[in-house]
Amino acid sequence: MADIKVAAYICKGCGLGERLDTDALVKIAQKDGKVPLAKSHDFLCNADGVAMIRNDIANEGVTHIMIGACSRRAKTEAFFFPENAVARANLREGVIWIRPDTDEARETTQEMAEDYIRMGCAEVKSMTAPGGNTNTGSSKTLLVVGGGVTGMTTAIEASKTGYPVVLVEKTGELGGWAARLYKRVPVHEPYKSPADTGVGDLVAQVQGDSNIKVYLNATVAKTDGAPGRFVVDIATESGATHTEDIGAIVQASGFTLYDMNKLPELGGGKSPNVVDQAGLEALAKAAAAGDGVIRRPSDGQPVKSVVFVQCAGQRDPSGTHLAYCSGVCCNTSIKQAMYFKDANPSVDTTIIYTDLRTPGNGEDFYRSAQEKGVIFTKGKVAQVLPNGATSTVKFHDLILDDTDAAMADVDLVVLATGQVANSGVDIFAAPKTAEEEAAVEVKPISILNLTYRQGPDVPQLKQGFTDSHFICFPYETRRTGIYTAGPVRRPMDIAQAREDATGAALKAIQALENAELGRAAHPRSGDLSFPKVRLEGCTQCKRCTVECPFGAIDEDEKRFPVFNESRCRRCGTCMGACPVRVISFENYSVNSVGAQIKAVDIPDEFSEKPRILILACENDAYPALDMAGMNRNEYSAFVRVIPIRCLGSVNTIWVTDALNAGYDGVMMMGCKSGDEYQCHFVKGSELGRVRMSKIDDTLKTLNLESERVRDLEVAITDIERVPEMINKYAAELVAVGPSPFKGF
Amino acid sequence: MTEHVATNETILVVGGGISGMTAALEAAETGKNVVLVEKNPALGGRTSQLYRYFPKLCHPTCGLEINLRRLKNNPRVRVLTLAEVTGLSGSTGNYTASIKIKPRYVNENCTACGDCERAVDTMVDDPFNYNLGQHKAAFLPNAMAYPQRYVLDPAIIGSADADKARAACKYGAVDLDMQEETIQVKAGAVVWATGWQPYDAAKIQPYGYGRFKNVITSVEFERLADIHGPTGGKILRPSDGKEAKNIAFIQCAGSRDENHLRHCSRICCMASLKQTHYVREKYPEDGKSTIYYIDIRAIDRFEDFYQKVQADPSVSFIKSKVAKITEDEHGNAVCHGVNTEGYKRYTTPHDLVVLAVGMEPSVKGINIPGHIVADSSGFIEADPANGAVFGAGCASNALDVNRAVQSATAAALRAIQVVNKVAKAEA
Repeated sequence: MADIKVAAYICKGCGLGERLDTDALVKIAQKDGKVPLAKSHDFLCNADGVAMIRNDIANEGVTHIMIGACSRRAKTEAFFFPENAVARANLREGVIWIRPDTDEARETTQEMAEDYIRMGCAEVKSMTAPGGNTNTGSSKTLLVVGGGVTGMTTAIEASKTGYPVVLVEKTGELGGWAARLYKRVPVHEPYKSPADTGVGDLVAQVQGDSNIKVYLNATVAKTDGAPGRFVVDIATESGATHTEDIGAIVQASGFTLYDMNKLPELGGGKSPNVVDQAGLEALAKAAAAGDGVIRRPSDGQPVKSVVFVQCAGQRDPSGTHLAYCSGVCCNTSIKQAMYFKDANPSVDTTIIYTDLRTPGNGEDFYRSAQEKGVIFTKGKVAQVLPNGATSTVKFHDLILDDTDAAMADVDLVVLATGQVANSGVDIFAAPKTAEEEAAVEVKPISILNLTYRQGPDVPQLKQGFTDSHFICFPYETRRTGIYTAGPVRRPMDIAQAREDATGAALKAIQALENAELGRAAHPRSGDLSFPKVRLEGCTQCKRCTVECPFGAIDEDEKRFPVFNESRCRRCGTCMGACPVRVISFENYSVNSVGAQIKAVDIPDEFSEKPRILILACENDAYPALDMAGMNRNEYSAFVRVIPIRCLGSVNTIWVTDALNAGYDGVMMMGCKSGDEYQCHFVKGSELGRVRMSKIDDTLKTLNLESERVRDLEVAITDIERVPEMINKYAAELVAVGPSPFKGF
Repeated sequence: MTEHVATNETILVVGGGISGMTAALEAAETGKNVVLVEKNPALGGRTSQLYRYFPKLCHPTCGLEINLRRLKNNPRVRVLTLAEVTGLSGSTGNYTASIKIKPRYVNENCTACGDCERAVDTMVDDPFNYNLGQHKAAFLPNAMAYPQRYVLDPAIIGSADADKARAACKYGAVDLDMQEETIQVKAGAVVWATGWQPYDAAKIQPYGYGRFKNVITSVEFERLADIHGPTGGKILRPSDGKEAKNIAFIQCAGSRDENHLRHCSRICCMASLKQTHYVREKYPEDGKSTIYYIDIRAIDRFEDFYQKVQADPSVSFIKSKVAKITEDEHGNAVCHGVNTEGYKRYTTPHDLVVLAVGMEPSVKGINIPGHIVADSSGFIEADPANGAVFGAGCASNALDVNRAVQSATAAALRAIQVVNKVAKAEA
């Protein structure tokens, strides 16, 4: 390790000087923290204070900085030293703001501050300023999988930004689903009539762009590598394989209509005159090519009456069909009803729906259909009974509450069946029994064929759409540098898919640019730290490779982990999982947290001063504690808080070390896990919890009570709840009694 | 976070809500310099005023924390708060924006210690809480405020209170001589992400908003549920501070209505379904929600959220556009109308009525450059005539958060395409 020089700076502003003995803190930094340079300042974050630190860096050779002042979340502009290792001891939000300003509290408050100084000094000494991953690639080419509207838009937009694109389409032509449409739902005012699809124009743009290389009748046979240095094998129909160097990937593999043959009760597959929305588009296209009259498939007679059955095989709570709404079928049926009405207003068109869903300006389109004479009936279709060339539609009329309503002699029935994502293999699906496996009619085919240890495709949500943080960060999949766009990640129409594709193009470009610079992608964007492993200590247990929420770690033939740094999101789950503790980051490691735990001064068992370690998720629990401080919500002076990247990064050694050192209890605060996860590393908090659920065994071997470790779900708004939990726990620990390990 | 000189390779982002922050950060993390302009004293926009998101019921401040951390670490984004674009001249690749910056009366020396707040006596309405409560005239805009810096309300400037604030500050952060200024900023492309405003509920005359205290809007209801809100997270009715347990939610308050907003605002159904969770969370024993609706638009994957709420016995659904609201002698808001499923008339009192107000684009009626093409509702359209000014988020359509983020990310790429061309031409 290069020479390091640590300096500690203690701020006296914001009441710290009045509430704390800052001279004593300086001495603690020197004596216990063993830093060669320790100073206090009246107002550390002002220009003068910052200049003092900068001067010490420039002239005193200071490399490592410990700032004892406010929270690491405050005054980030003043204390911005990207070239140095920096630790922040949170004396303001974490100490004086959560303690009463009384004579009785003074001693314990000071002890708290002193411990944070010891911890800060210990932490910063075990850190180095991260230098960035050097195992990078520099490919600037995007791979787009899928040649529909989404894929073509991604390709065109990336090319416009100056990046070359390789586009792979499994069929013999570009255009995808949209090419099968007669017209689309309008996207410009006045939103009154179906509009041209625009697909032809997109195809022409792709074909005319020398920066876009198109493989038709082609699939991705193998995807190897990492952002910036993917190596992708593309298999073509002729049997030839082409290898491309790729920087980042956009998966735009689209959707398939839900199979109407699964809906025999609605006439699916029972009559040629019962079609799905694709079937109707084909009829409309055929009509447009002929005399403009849409004809009954069975006998070619003009359609005089048509019924649209909304939510066919959708919004089904029973689990038999799709549970979700596809969001686009209402507008599609309205559009299709207009195909009839615009050509011949005397055709009877009825849309039977339960909730008509035409958001935004779709409302104008809906209104236009009403003006054109399309009938909207609120009801639930129970049965479609084909009888010769016509059908009878039986439904529950929800307005009249008539369970026996029916429409007879309907020429054509259109089932609005909805979108099923083409998302490939569900790599985390529960293993099937041989019997169930045999019963599956069509096995999913992998889209990407990733060589990743965790499986060939991007992880999915329960409905089969690709997983992402779909509220704040909708693009963040669980495979770094691979973004999904279009209906593969949420049912959507052309307008939304084009917007989505454009955003995905940006994310892919950003990913390959940052990968080349050795920087992390979201949510620790720009982070230059990355996991380093001491392979000589590795026992090939594979926990890191199994647990990594982002599939960043593969295995070599001897089952040693192979880290793909550019796939890593820096959550530290691998570090938490490693039983032999050989994985670390330059600025966050088993040692950097362990050293803080050990730095705390543990009073003896007769002092009646218990010590509680809190490991708090830096994104939610830690800000909640900060805001509790801003609100002056008091909590026990016996806790010592350490921010962690994610609950997933918590190594059990920290817990056992703390208990062995005489801490009386440990509280772990992480985000909600499960289907409705709130963890920004998706699975981090869940994996951390699974790991900690086994801590009871450890406690037993130490002969300790199970109450000594708490796993808590904490949200960022818990500014009152967290102090309450802390105080309650501190009181409970009094009942449990002091740890027997004190003084050893 | 640091100052960089804006050039015609800079991207100007107007609006610091979730869309604007996303556009700014995505562009900056792709290596572009950004100037982010926000009219309020802190970033975050309307999402930061929400208690929870649908469908995960997670807290918007959680995502905001991540975005703020991205921002704090990124020297490429220069943030201007209390700032509004008042003019935009030039064309694609070469714009100059005039930006009016209001005085904050607090400079960067501020440590957010709160001494000025304690020194000041004057109370003023708190816009972060939709004026449901008040705060001191020296205030931190909210608990998550970035910049984390106090603001003095102009109302006290020139008064003794202002002097008290200045005297209380040990760090010389209170500067009463700050003046409004207008600066010129160069930019190659502009992302217009000025978001939305709740439709003015007072315009829906039969609903009595503004006349009946216990008729409030959905955005106000968010503040009642939030621990940072005026009631500390308790759902209390404004008229008498009593617990509001029997709550009506009225859908399409202003939306889908040719007399008000023609469009469907997309989010209101899900917002009301979400808010029924608040009622259950606060009053698990006897909370009761009634949703009056035309169609429940729980679009795409949100359907299962709707199904869960439907299965909840404390929530009832009435298919009806409420005709009018009156007030009874107990201060209850009484909904009148006809349930169209079976055509039954109802007259139902509720402790509190929440109007699910529609989204009106904020660009409507404010200073958007004259040549920007918007539709008749005021949403910015994608039109070549707009040059390199790209609408994003709810300035371009009625969107939920995830769609707004997509839209903002797409807008960022469009802006990058322009500045890349500028850079190439200059190289």
